[in-house]
Amino acid sequence: MSEHEHQEHDPHEHDHGHHPEPPTDVEARALALESLLIEKGILTSEQVDEIIRTFEQDIGPMLGARVVARAWVDRDFRKRLIEDANAAVGELGLSTTNLARLSVVANEPGVHNMIVCTLCSCYPWMVLGLPPTWYKSPPYRSRAVREPRVVLEEFGVTIQEDVEIRVWDSSSDLRYMVLPERPSGTADMTEAELAELVTRDSMIGVGLPRVPAARS
Amino acid sequence: MSAVRPATSLDGNLALPRKNGELVFEAPWEGRAFGMALALTDGGPLAWNDFRQLLVEQIRTEPDHRYYEQWLAAFEALVTDSGLLTREQLERRAAEYRSMERDEVF
Repeated sequence: MSEHEHQEHDPHEHDHGHHPEPPTDVEARALALESLLIEKGILTSEQVDEIIRTFEQDIGPMLGARVVARAWVDRDFRKRLIEDANAAVGELGLSTTNLARLSVVANEPGVHNMIVCTLCSCYPWMVLGLPPTWYKSPPYRSRAVREPRVVLEEFGVTIQEDVEIRVWDSSSDLRYMVLPERPSGTADMTEAELAELVTRDSMIGVGLPRVPAARS
Repeated sequence: MSAVRPATSLDGNLALPRKNGELVFEAPWEGRAFGMALALTDGGPLAWNDFRQLLVEQIRTEPDHRYYEQWLAAFEALVTDSGLLTREQLERRAAEYRSMERDEVF
């Protein structure tokens, strides 16, 4: 059994797909600022992450969580989401016109998916917001492919030996998102309540959805 | 988190772009630019009011630029005016990214 399914294509083509063109002027200027401020010890990228996270939480659930919750309650939507994620996400009123192609990979009994970008940090930010710093770190990028089971353990997720782990390598024009399995004990929950259970990490595949609080 | 305070003090034409009340970053670099400015002015070495003044100035002089481009330019002015970095350092480093000599990302 293969430990992961690396997407099949020519490695050179792959490399090319990650960096089809240089960063835009504003991207280069933002990168210049951040890299220099970090080198000078004035800033850490974790600080910036934390600020962004605060604001993102301030603005409500991530778009991805709404997509997952809809897929859990609507079987037809789930099917459309897996066939053509951009179109399905568009049904929720989320504009996808300027976005890279999105592909949703579904967890199911016997299969656990996780996403990585081995060469840089391509991320489905249109649905998940901004990537966490660890996602962009070289150890995650290399180890997610080499030893996904160990990496998942470090995130506190134990995957049974008989469950296949599929690792999906994103590129600049194809981004993956994981559709986690709906937790048990959620049959009577509304779509909005379900969305609250969906964590960012569960859509990267390094976490599982929250377990609903026991009801009294 | 106290960083929420200064940024929510921006109003009128200084207000952060929002859609249905939600903060909107149209690309990751916009979020990074936003986070960096807050990190350095909220308990950091630089003053929020200085940044705010530079943002006012950018919006006045470059009214046609997009909001986060104005924000980025104001932040560049803040870190160079304060002497944390020089214009030359920034330009050299940005050129390395544009030419893809450097490709680390944040």
